[in-house]
Amino acid sequence: MIRLPSFTYLAPRTLAEAATAMAEHGRDAMLVAGGTDLYPNMKRRQFEPKVVVGLRGIRELRGVRVESGGWTIGAGTTLSEVSTHPAIARDFPALATAAGLVSSPQLRNMGTIGGNVCVDTRCNYYNQSYEWRKAIGFCMKKDGDICLVAPGSSRCWAVSSSDTAPVLWALGARLRVVGAGGERIVPIAALYRDDGIEYLAKRPDEIVADVLLPPADGWRSAYLKLRRRGSFDFPVLGVAVAARMNGDVVREARIVLGAVASLPRPAERAAAELVGQRITRDLVTRVADLAAGPSKPLDNTDFTHPYRKRVTRVFVARALAAIGGLGDGGPASEEVA
Amino acid sequence: MTKNDFAVVGQPLPKVDAWAKVVGETRYADDLFLPRMAYAKLLRSSHAHARIRSIDTARARALPGVYAVVTAADLPPVKFGILPVSQDEEALCADKVRMVGDPLAAVAAVDEETADLACRLIDVTYEPLPALMSIFDALAHPEVRIHEYGDGPNVHKNVALQFGDVDAALVGADLVREDVFFFEGNTHLPMEQHAAVAHWTSDGKLTLWSSTQTPHYVHRVLAKVLATPAAHIRVIATPVGGGFGGKTDPFSHEIVACQLSKLTGRPVKIALTREEVFYTHRGRHPVLMWIKTGFTKRGDITGCHLRTWLDGGAYGSYGVASTFYTGVINPVTYKIPVYKFEGARIFTNKPACGPKRGHGTPQPRFALECQLDKAAEQLGLDPADLRRRIVVEPYTKTANHLTVTTIGLGECIDKVVEASGWRAKRTRYGVTAAMGSQPTGGSREGGAGCTHLVQPEPPSPKKPGIGIACSAYMTGAGTAIYWNDMPHSGVIVRADRSGGVAILCGATDIGQGSDSVLAYLTAEVLGLEPVDVQVFPADTSLTPVDLGSYSSRVTLMCGMAAIQAAGRLRDAIFKAVARKLEVDPAALVARERKIGVPDDWDKAVSFARAVELGEAMHGVLAFPGSYAPPKRAGKYKGGGVGPSPCYSYSACVVELTVDEETGTVDLRDVWIAHDIGRTLNPLLAEGQVEGSIYMGIGEALMEEQVFRKGLHKQPSMLEYKSPTTLETPEIHTILVETDDPEGPFGAKEVGQGPLLPVIPAIANAIHHALGIRIDEVPITPDKILKALELRRRGKPPRVGPERLPLFTFKDPLVVESAFGQPADAIGVRPFQS
Repeated sequence: MIRLPSFTYLAPRTLAEAATAMAEHGRDAMLVAGGTDLYPNMKRRQFEPKVVVGLRGIRELRGVRVESGGWTIGAGTTLSEVSTHPAIARDFPALATAAGLVSSPQLRNMGTIGGNVCVDTRCNYYNQSYEWRKAIGFCMKKDGDICLVAPGSSRCWAVSSSDTAPVLWALGARLRVVGAGGERIVPIAALYRDDGIEYLAKRPDEIVADVLLPPADGWRSAYLKLRRRGSFDFPVLGVAVAARMNGDVVREARIVLGAVASLPRPAERAAAELVGQRITRDLVTRVADLAAGPSKPLDNTDFTHPYRKRVTRVFVARALAAIGGLGDGGPASEEVA
Repeated sequence: MTKNDFAVVGQPLPKVDAWAKVVGETRYADDLFLPRMAYAKLLRSSHAHARIRSIDTARARALPGVYAVVTAADLPPVKFGILPVSQDEEALCADKVRMVGDPLAAVAAVDEETADLACRLIDVTYEPLPALMSIFDALAHPEVRIHEYGDGPNVHKNVALQFGDVDAALVGADLVREDVFFFEGNTHLPMEQHAAVAHWTSDGKLTLWSSTQTPHYVHRVLAKVLATPAAHIRVIATPVGGGFGGKTDPFSHEIVACQLSKLTGRPVKIALTREEVFYTHRGRHPVLMWIKTGFTKRGDITGCHLRTWLDGGAYGSYGVASTFYTGVINPVTYKIPVYKFEGARIFTNKPACGPKRGHGTPQPRFALECQLDKAAEQLGLDPADLRRRIVVEPYTKTANHLTVTTIGLGECIDKVVEASGWRAKRTRYGVTAAMGSQPTGGSREGGAGCTHLVQPEPPSPKKPGIGIACSAYMTGAGTAIYWNDMPHSGVIVRADRSGGVAILCGATDIGQGSDSVLAYLTAEVLGLEPVDVQVFPADTSLTPVDLGSYSSRVTLMCGMAAIQAAGRLRDAIFKAVARKLEVDPAALVARERKIGVPDDWDKAVSFARAVELGEAMHGVLAFPGSYAPPKRAGKYKGGGVGPSPCYSYSACVVELTVDEETGTVDLRDVWIAHDIGRTLNPLLAEGQVEGSIYMGIGEALMEEQVFRKGLHKQPSMLEYKSPTTLETPEIHTILVETDDPEGPFGAKEVGQGPLLPVIPAIANAIHHALGIRIDEVPITPDKILKALELRRRGKPPRVGPERLPLFTFKDPLVVESAFGQPADAIGVRPFQS
């Protein structure tokens, strides 16, 4: 079997201790929560941390709280807990859906929402063993200096592969990020950078501690995921749509696409088209066409990239139809190809 | 015998090893730990095609914890291969690597981590050569030779057989169809990765425990490549955690573990990673096919001409047999009076293909069954009715001289047609049904001129369809892979005064239940319960030779040998009991763990007592059983591939929906009827059918062993897409019994055949749903959308191969067609008395 490399494991009991440890070890250290992404990547030498800082012993990271200003979901809350939480399913159905579509039941029992928000970008030239990557000549994301999917490019095009990130973005989530020098609260959009390597806009010592959601009043949401099979697979397209309705008129809307770029990609023009409108079939078609514009997948995941682009339009239309209460013939919550 | 005469046969019993597997007691090869054991790793090529300029192992040898490092220089310079005609493999490549993943060196060390690290310290200098990654590449570049042998540059095998005047038969047809198909390669994906432990002890003898389907062939190859007498080598096949044909060749890692044990004086374990299993491969050949068939207006086939091009990968493996199998089995289902087959296997710089469940036959089956569907449509015939009319007659020969014994295909078709509601759904679903009316599956809009104030519901994008296909498969290859007159299977049954019965047999249980079947058959003959019979399999020093768990041969061949051996034991015991009871031995029966006269059962003696009497009369009670298939090889060169004691048959109906916006296929139900001859255990039989269907679904819809930049694109279980239980539909299995005179209590195979029809049945159901043809597998959503797009643009809605290689087949060997001739000598075979 492929063996893990040796490393030092630290088990802090508080966020402050964890942030201090991260600050001390800098780029030699990595955080681990559920370990469902980190450890397989370490086996393939995609990650080679000397120190791994475990977050499982930190109680303050766990749990879902409803307060006057909205919701707080601890980053250490497991994806199973998020997906089965009755109030989340009621108020933020897209989030419950997205969390419940991550990988398989076993991995959702271990994996956390914080881990999914921060999950490494993926590319089928990169998510391979050391020997495979060596044989193809390594890529810039690890051990090499070129991009194998876009050889002329000076940047890495690995794909944001979180199911929950586009949904949280569409729902207007903010994150509480705790570092050695203090904490800050940022919109989730500010966590991401359009770069497959440096895809998170945070210092190594900063830890995503809480996901903060505004109250759900008037918001409806839907998430559709494209993947080959009904389990295991990472998204190769995610469509998150959220709309705040006043009667049958859209007051606010966000459409965010997952797994078609190195970060969740908002379809802003499409979302703007919805505002002030009633959701009709004509509008759905128009918005879906617009939303497919920012979907620019490359040939580095499962399925062909023209196909992923093409399905973007279908999924946006289906998500909107679900939110608008139009019979759409397709499942509202999940799409498995 | 009728069903009611059996005590064990036909019962839904658990496998004899079921508990051990469930609770984790089964010891697979990787579960073996011996004192002082070292761990080995292979260094594999990072080039698809290159000369090896140098290998420097100095840094690896210097690493603390490394016991030994070997390269080709440390092994006898002997090539090997599973077939005598394709001895083209090296345990460690000496001069040249032919694929990414070819082994070049190996390390034995104190642990796996050290062995792994040491492999990275071996310095190899390569001189890259052009990599030929497809059939077209390999034929276009004869100046680049992957091997120096074969039937032409990069042509491993070129065969052509003709049975009767096919051209004349096609001229006389009412409809002639020419179609081109492609079947992408895919791999076995067993749960257990290959593993082996070798121990070359100080007495000069070698024992290898290996996860192998063919310990006998591994035994032979070890003797050859290690230049050691076979008599001093013992190969033990450990329980195999899934084989499907992927553990049927002798492999580099087995040979290297032996050599490292010799050098270190330690037991050496080697366990492949999942990625290495993708390189070891021997899976489904990618096959490009051209098929031309003539039909009468009523749907009779007048003649068929098939051409296949196999992408063989870097080594021969079973490839010569695979090449023949793409041609020779199609004629055993339907009446094909004259037949021509041309096939070629091409070397490429990819992992070697070989036998995967169905070995070489799912590809041409896909071609034939899709073509029949197209012909039925053109002729205005129902595709089930067309097939039903042309089923081969029992006890006749095919054009290519194969003997068909029993054939339950007609009954299989009738049963799936009825169970699936075929006729009603065929009319109700589908694009032709929707034309001029409304697509099915959605709600209906108002009629013309009707005005709605509310928005009408659009029709559902999910279109239902239903399709059918049939197939046949061998129950064991009629010839061994090396020419000999010895048994293909042997069994020794022994009993002693404890009352215990032991079965020694060379067969390997690969999860198919061969240990269980041996226990059931022996228990049936001796009037025992299966739990009373201990099965000791697959140990070349203890068990009689069995050729291996491949070609669906074990239940029939080992089963017949077990019945013979158990019958001899029973006769000996009966003789002793008869003397004791003062009755005629012919009056005795064995049942309920007793032996006695049915009319005087109170006097029946217990089995243990009967064995005591037998031992006292005869001495040690140990009896052999031997089996070799009837000698039916066609009297022409190549006639040895295809004959089998009997053939199983399957008919399959698939119901599905296709989403015309996303191209997603959602399987609803699969009905499959399988002619199994006799069901020895319905639980095991249904398990084999369901496993076959599941595997076929993967091949039809998603699995593909594909390459990019010379490398396997996705050598992992996450990214090589194989279905999960969520993609598996309801499977309705119907077992049809034909009581074949060649099989043990009438049984035929069930482990491979049921995979074959599901693939074309899916393709045909997709056609029924949307009116499109996807003439290649896997049928992925993007191909479905592409076909729909072609139709929108007014073009033929077909996606499939567009070109064929420029290739000259050899002049065919022309043989008279044996079609319709009566079968001769049923039930006549060697070692019967």
